[in-house]
Amino acid sequence: MKKTHIILLVGIAALIAGLLAYSSDFSTYDTVSSAKQKEGKYVHLIARLDKTRPVEYDPIKNPNYLAFYAIDSLGGQTKVVYHNSKPADLEKSERIVMKGKMQAGHFECNDIMLKCPSKYKDDKQQLEKTVTEQTAN
Amino acid sequence: MIFEGEHLFPGQLGHFFVILSFVASLLATVFYFSASRQQDLLLKKEWLRYARIAFGIQVLGVISIFSIIFYLCSNHFYEYMYVYKHASKELEPKYLLACIWEGQEGSFLLWTIWHSVIGSILIFRSKEWEAPVMTVVSLAQFFLLAMLLGIYVFDVRLGNSPFTLTRNEINAPIFSQPNYLSFLKDGMGLNVLLRNYWMVIHPPVLFLGFASTIVPFAYAYAGMQTKRYGDWIKPVLPWALFTAAVLGVGIMMGGKWAYESLNFGGYWAWDPVENASLVPWFLMIAGLHTMLIYKATGHSLRASYLFAILVFVFILYSTFLTRTGVLGDTSVHSFTEAGKAINVMIGLFVLSFTLPSLGLLIRNYNRIPTIHKEENTNSREFWMYIGSLVFFLTSMFIIAKTSVPVYNKVFGTSIAPPEDVEFSYNKIIVLVAIIIGLLTAITQYLKYKTTDRRYLLKKMVLPTIATIIITAILFTVYPFEYRKQGAGFLGAIYVAAFAAIYAVIANAMYIFIVLKGKLVNAGGSIAHAGFALMIVGMLISSGNKEVISSSMVNGINLAVGKDPMTKKEDNPLENLTLIRHLPTRLSSYEVTYLKDSSNHEKGRKFYELKFQKKDINTHEVSEEFTLAPDVYMMKDNNMSSNPDTKSYLSKDIFTYISYALNENNEDTTQFQEKEIGIGDTAFYSAGYMILDTVKTNPLTDRYHSKPGEVALMAELTIVGQDSSRTKAYPLIQVDALGATNLDDTLYAQNTYTRFIGIGKDEKKFRIGIKKSDSLIDFVTVKAYVFPYINLVWLGLIVMALGIISSMIRRGNYNKVQSAVILVLAGIGLFYMFLLAN
Repeated sequence: MKKTHIILLVGIAALIAGLLAYSSDFSTYDTVSSAKQKEGKYVHLIARLDKTRPVEYDPIKNPNYLAFYAIDSLGGQTKVVYHNSKPADLEKSERIVMKGKMQAGHFECNDIMLKCPSKYKDDKQQLEKTVTEQTAN
Repeated sequence: MIFEGEHLFPGQLGHFFVILSFVASLLATVFYFSASRQQDLLLKKEWLRYARIAFGIQVLGVISIFSIIFYLCSNHFYEYMYVYKHASKELEPKYLLACIWEGQEGSFLLWTIWHSVIGSILIFRSKEWEAPVMTVVSLAQFFLLAMLLGIYVFDVRLGNSPFTLTRNEINAPIFSQPNYLSFLKDGMGLNVLLRNYWMVIHPPVLFLGFASTIVPFAYAYAGMQTKRYGDWIKPVLPWALFTAAVLGVGIMMGGKWAYESLNFGGYWAWDPVENASLVPWFLMIAGLHTMLIYKATGHSLRASYLFAILVFVFILYSTFLTRTGVLGDTSVHSFTEAGKAINVMIGLFVLSFTLPSLGLLIRNYNRIPTIHKEENTNSREFWMYIGSLVFFLTSMFIIAKTSVPVYNKVFGTSIAPPEDVEFSYNKIIVLVAIIIGLLTAITQYLKYKTTDRRYLLKKMVLPTIATIIITAILFTVYPFEYRKQGAGFLGAIYVAAFAAIYAVIANAMYIFIVLKGKLVNAGGSIAHAGFALMIVGMLISSGNKEVISSSMVNGINLAVGKDPMTKKEDNPLENLTLIRHLPTRLSSYEVTYLKDSSNHEKGRKFYELKFQKKDINTHEVSEEFTLAPDVYMMKDNNMSSNPDTKSYLSKDIFTYISYALNENNEDTTQFQEKEIGIGDTAFYSAGYMILDTVKTNPLTDRYHSKPGEVALMAELTIVGQDSSRTKAYPLIQVDALGATNLDDTLYAQNTYTRFIGIGKDEKKFRIGIKKSDSLIDFVTVKAYVFPYINLVWLGLIVMALGIISSMIRRGNYNKVQSAVILVLAGIGLFYMFLLAN
């Protein structure tokens, strides 16, 4: 066996070890109800903004406190608290991926990802709405 | 129905060119393929002639398509869907190009344009390799142009044409009216997040890098097709170097863009889209080195084949990842799903290149010549090969992690990224940096075949000692402070920094110790030194990056006098709210939000922040500068923020608006009217005021008197409840049309004064005063310090210039050409990365 082959094998072993080490860091995508069952565990929650309830954000009082309600596709609801400034486009978003933990009856979120606004353009329904609004007046 | 005002001809012409170039690319593929199989030289020449004509028509077609789209966008013909979606009237001319490549169709088109340019160069320069190489390029064009077809086959639309009409794509009541165009006054325009000069320059350069990866792939195919298994390496080397330089620069342009404007909080976030373009670059670097080994020693030919093929395969795979919507939830900037049909087409494109090329490699594997004698461990080729393997394995690690959403789709799992995505990469990559740094430092000093131990030691002594001294000084004077991930990681950062600095010094000294200062041959060493310098910059700027804004400084509310020293050591609240005109402490600066201003772009606002550094005792201002981070306001209270950066040689102060009021809320509080004479005092709800004097036609910068006008200005001293004293200067101006009030606002006190008029008693004046809570004007900012970030950009520039000079040497350019290429590339890179913005 050549030395390069041995090193290649060692390298592949290291690669697999690296990926296995990674798998222990993995989180999961969850719904509100499954996240509630794993209270305190770090998960990804996929939901949308509940537009019927108010978004609580008063930057004068505290620019690092945002609270709102989220609904997932199964209808599960939860309050979300985000200790950071309000992301742009929150109200516009259709889908929110939130990273964090369920605790004390609400979802303590430390990262929010919105469905990117560039994508709205490719969304037919959104386009129809835009055109209709634009041409109405 | 006949619609009014539509311009249908250019669209029909464009659609014709799409079909023409699509058919031409198919013919070119067939002709080139026939030429490559033909043994009879005369017939081969004939096929080649046809193939070139077909390819030429395809090139003209693609250029025409691009020109027509540009014409439609610049004329704002909103009857076209693409124009409606991507252009708008207020767009600056430079963004007209950018709106072409904002969408799927336009970016595919950009790719075909670069393939056309590269193909045309190959026709002139690839000589006997033309037929097989161009077969591959033409086939790629065939697939890319298919994405633009937009023809229906049994109810399925193949590809998305950029020339579809808005009224056919969208259902809205307006389109039942013949004059609908007169209502469709403006397009949606370029996404505000993308309005940045990098959007003009980054996609073309990155796509040139993408497009150029087809050349090594095509040559590898040509090597197997012609059975001249080793001959393709020499002509492909300049191309491989070209790809390494352009793709590397293109990727880092994206990094600079992310750093400057998208407030990702840095230039690299291990985002899937970034990874997808980094992986082919790593593979190209691996392939480049195995090709060099083959050229010098005859080893590593099979690996060169594999890497040349994989580079392009992973470009295709990255296209698949970013354009089919499969990344959806994990990436902030991939395209969305553009429909099932196009996803299937992209999938077919990927498979049609991946499977046959790998199949061909497996079939030819045993015929590819190889040397059975093993490389010596003291030879250069052995360690270069190890370096290539490390790059290869690292790229596999990155792509395996990036592909998690694909496994989720295929296996129905719900694996999500870990809590700290960046660290999950960094902890592995820092080890890679150590290995690559050491290999880069030492391998150059080894000779091909075998190296004398004493020779090596003698040459390495000086660089090694120099590195030890320099790092020892650096680590004492400027230690790393990155303790977030524990001592192990901090230690790894130190070792990686040592390895990278070693690589910089060893490669720089190699030019003098071994090459005796001959820069013509020093391309490799320069590129290595640049690469290592970039790593050093990354380690320092990320390792010692810090957030300097803190909301604890003013506790947000207006209460003054809070001691900034009481703020906690570990502060999670990293946003600082600045009340207009109220100086607030931000790290060692005193920052004042002066004013907001707009420019001609709709919804864009600049916030002027004055930074002052004052001496603690004397309060003398030792440094002063103004930053103007800006924000795009959208209709529904949402915003997109662009940072502004103060660059020092050693660090960047990076500031952006994290929240701003969208509009000034109408204030409903009424002025309290006081009638007072000069020298009199009047109380109001939050203190009292003194009318010091009243001036007629005053000279101030707020007011410039015109003939026929009379202006009166009151000078007031406002004394607040906290017995602070501030001056206010409300003004009233009277002309033939009536009186105008020019109120004076004390933002810091949130107090508003108005000169209402003259009292019944002519010695008295009517002054309005009010204090309001709703009118506070403020912004919330976040600020970082990135130390030595310029090393990253400088390293990149040095690396690119090193690679380019190697390319020039291997491409046999004459002295004048070489000088022109180097000077242009150098000026361009320096301007873009270090001077612009």
